[in-house]
Amino acid sequence: MIGRALVVASALALVTAPAWLASPYHLHVLIMAGVFAILALSLNLLLGYTGQLSLGHAAFFGIGAYTSALLALKLEWSFWLALPSAAVAAGLAGWAIGRLALKLRGAYFVLVTISFAGVISLVSINWMELTNGPLGLPGVPPPELGPWSLRTKTAYYYLVLAAAALAYLVCHRLVYSRIGRALVALRENEPLAESVGIDGTRYLVLAAVVSAALAGVAGSLYAHYTRFVSPEVFLFTYTVTMVIMVIAGGKGTLVGPVIGALLFTALPEALREAMAWQWQMLAYGVVLVVLVFFLPRGIVPAITARAARAAAASRAMRPGAAPR
Amino acid sequence: MEQLLQHLVNGLVLGGTYALLGIGLTLIFGLMSVVNFAHGEFYTLGAYAAFAVLALAGWPFFAALAAAIAAGAVLGALCERTLLRPLRGESIDTVMLVMIGLWIAMQNTELLVWGGVARSIPHPFPTEPLTLGPLNIAPLRLFVVGAAAALIAAAWLLIQRTRLGTAMRATFQDRDTAALMGVPIGRIHTITFAFGSALAAAAGALLGPVFLAYPSMGDLASLKAFSVVILGGLGNLAGATLGGLLLGVAEELGAGYVSSGYRDAVGFVAIILVLLFRPAGLFARAERIG
Repeated sequence: MIGRALVVASALALVTAPAWLASPYHLHVLIMAGVFAILALSLNLLLGYTGQLSLGHAAFFGIGAYTSALLALKLEWSFWLALPSAAVAAGLAGWAIGRLALKLRGAYFVLVTISFAGVISLVSINWMELTNGPLGLPGVPPPELGPWSLRTKTAYYYLVLAAAALAYLVCHRLVYSRIGRALVALRENEPLAESVGIDGTRYLVLAAVVSAALAGVAGSLYAHYTRFVSPEVFLFTYTVTMVIMVIAGGKGTLVGPVIGALLFTALPEALREAMAWQWQMLAYGVVLVVLVFFLPRGIVPAITARAARAAAASRAMRPGAAPR
Repeated sequence: MEQLLQHLVNGLVLGGTYALLGIGLTLIFGLMSVVNFAHGEFYTLGAYAAFAVLALAGWPFFAALAAAIAAGAVLGALCERTLLRPLRGESIDTVMLVMIGLWIAMQNTELLVWGGVARSIPHPFPTEPLTLGPLNIAPLRLFVVGAAAALIAAAWLLIQRTRLGTAMRATFQDRDTAALMGVPIGRIHTITFAFGSALAAAAGALLGPVFLAYPSMGDLASLKAFSVVILGGLGNLAGATLGGLLLGVAEELGAGYVSSGYRDAVGFVAIILVLLFRPAGLFARAERIG
């Protein structure tokens, strides 16, 4: 009951945000939070539901951003074609990496994903003819919808909000389908899951493809919003930010990464006045360590567990409740 | 031909320090099952320790190397006691997240302390290169490769010839049995982490004067160290040494004959290929270590 009210209230708050937010700057923060929410959801598919940590996720984000920017700049494709193409390109990369690397687990999978991101980043720096190297690609056009250009922050906010909602739905459908249950089974006990006929590699690769494609969508949205793409999109900082968002919010939950994305986009902006950015990054490292020690399952599972305990306690306290 | 020889020599100098980094990491990774993403930060620490001692205090070069090793060992032991010991028995992924946190925290602390500007570390060696037939080599580089070789030999003797080394090898092979035989596992872990970190710091102090010291220098060092560990096979000291030399030479040849922009890609590609096709490392005979 309370849960449903909370969902409706937050949905309402998000939809009406441009009306009550004080400044375009705050709207900008929300737009970035939306992009990061998609990224966190996408990383969570792998980290939360298959248990495999991809530390090369910025690569899929960057591939999406570059694909979309290049198609729009060089071939003058419309945003509405460039966005799905970015998803496809990133998804293909995810498929290739998944096919190759998901033979490996744990630390080795992590290392292959890092290395992949490293190679892609070097390509973006060195392939001058295609990517313009470290100078990047300026002037990525904003999306247009019929006669309107989605150039304003308000319009772009609704675009990102819609994309984030769609990403959430995709994850929701996937997680609560047979596929999602198969992924969780593989995460919990791979030999047992395979013994009942779950094809481990197939499901893990599928998760990797969907995850990479979502990261590609986020990359495309980012490119057409900031209207500039450079090799910085491959920065490891992006991957670390995604990991912190997922871990802090609660991996293996759907709401967790979204909460984490909102929190860790808004928090640094709120602290910007008080702290230099080096202190912020330092704080990120410390926060990650503290989270692992004191809140290993994340904020959302901690809250739901507490709420469940409170509900059970109030049931037990109710007069006339049958003693069990 | 002369160019090739020159590349080989340069590659060996670079490879010697990669081997130091790799040996430290292969011990930590192999013995403690800790995916130590902060390894490169100890390399950075070593470079800055050398900078502080040489440029600020004006002490001799050997003192700088010793200071770097001491700093790496002390901070390594401290990190193991505070961060890793409470997490023993946790899953490898949990520990990995803590190490990522440590990595970010250390790197940004270095950025705060030393600023973002790259520092050049002074050294007492003449800059005039020594000429040996067709080869030119800077005396500093010669010293680096010699010091690296000496440190690798010392590490090798420690692991193979001392009681402590025997205890470390026993812990690597079977932690529970070693504990039953009276090996103090906790202390072995602390020593291993301190030892590995000290070797990384030594590599930083050695390579720092050759290149420059800057806060993010550890990122590439970490990745090179992982490449070396994976090339050589987990926990394989000889493999890490050979792997380090191989990576150094391959990078130097790649940069010389293919494209210098892709120098750092050699390590990445090595990780990917070896893990996909020979996951036990290039030099694995069978399932044994030492």
